[in-house]
Amino acid sequence: MLKKGLILAILIGFSLMFIPLIQNFHGNDKLSDLAKYYTENAEHGAGAANIVTAIVITYRGLDTLGEVVILFLTASVIGFFLKISKSEKDETLRFSKLRKTSELLETATKALVPTIFMFGVYIFINGHLTPGGGFQGGAVIATGFVLMLLANPQFKVNHKVIEYIESLSGFSFAILGALGAIIGLGFLDNKILPLGTFGELLSAGIIPVIYSFIGLKVGAELSGIVETLSENQSEIEI
Amino acid sequence: MLYTISTLILSLIVLVLAVIAIIHKNITVAIIAMGTVGLFTSVIFLLLAAPDVAMTEAAIGSGLTTVIFFYVLNKIKNHDA
Amino acid sequence: MSYFSLEYIAMITGFLLIVLGIWAILTYKNLLKIVIGFSLFDTGINIIIVSIAYVKNSTAPIIDSAVSLKDAVNKIADPVPQALVLTSIVIGLGVTALMLAYVLKLYQDKKTLDIESFTDLKW
Repeated sequence: MLKKGLILAILIGFSLMFIPLIQNFHGNDKLSDLAKYYTENAEHGAGAANIVTAIVITYRGLDTLGEVVILFLTASVIGFFLKISKSEKDETLRFSKLRKTSELLETATKALVPTIFMFGVYIFINGHLTPGGGFQGGAVIATGFVLMLLANPQFKVNHKVIEYIESLSGFSFAILGALGAIIGLGFLDNKILPLGTFGELLSAGIIPVIYSFIGLKVGAELSGIVETLSENQSEIEI
Repeated sequence: MLYTISTLILSLIVLVLAVIAIIHKNITVAIIAMGTVGLFTSVIFLLLAAPDVAMTEAAIGSGLTTVIFFYVLNKIKNHDA
Repeated sequence: MSYFSLEYIAMITGFLLIVLGIWAILTYKNLLKIVIGFSLFDTGINIIIVSIAYVKNSTAPIIDSAVSLKDAVNKIADPVPQALVLTSIVIGLGVTALMLAYVLKLYQDKKTLDIESFTDLKW
């Protein structure tokens, strides 16, 4: 009874906290000054047609570096946790048996997976022109990987390949960022390469290169997480 | 006006699915309802003029989260047997 | 000023999702239900931030043939909170995956998902 009262009190307190926010909110009629600055300098500042990308990679590039580090740490902690528990694998081995995947799924996977990978690469290469970018493209690549894993549970991934892709792209991201500081423009400045024509594929300086590296890294990391979590199952059936 | 009405409908769907995700006894149904919340939320993001966020939410919030949930659930069930 | 507007409805939805998430976290004893509650909480916060970023009758913050460079300032939505939410969603997946790994570990330890049975730190 006391517990329920406490829970109710917390919920009501939280609701009360939000009421002023909702009452004072009437929608924006114009942009804030910061957003105005980013928009007015879209062509000569960062050179990316997609202003969200310009903010994520250039103006707030350090945050993105931190985010990639957090994702890397998550993947490693999950791998670390579930590797230890592998000694218990033997007792589960006897009991469960996976259903065989259907012909339809296997055939569809063969046709779809290359297309999905290509779509992911398209999304992160065009990140500075159209909606999308490294994180979305990486997630799409990981989805293709999940499909591959569903169609063929025994499918073994070479851990070394995933690790190398991840470390190399992470390393290149940091090096490209540091290069800006060495040249004298500032950490993660995108003007190491010429800005090019606004709105073309090869423009916006280093943004497409960095976003491609982020895409590869995020794709490898998310695939690694999914693969670690599904690993026991793939070994049960053998 | 059309956008407002569609947002209202989408919001109602999202809230109903969220309640299902919480109160349903069958955990499989609850996880699928949670993934669908992500999918409809991504449409709301699109109406709020944020296509980048909508893409991320559709790929990650409704796709990968659901898959990870199911893998963990599967492992727990295998452990049970 | 009417309350029947796009961003207002979205904001109230996000707020209700947060309350539902907290309710699930506090009342349910199944660990998976608690993780679902956290996930809904996350989605609610993202909706609120994006709805604050919305400018009336605006379009996506991408400059192309539909939005020219000159009048972009009057036409686009605020891109800064959107970049923030982009980060937030990816981190949210990492947090959810980590929580699920913990759930799995706890289950392997005690063979139950009931949170009441994890009393090791109670005295």
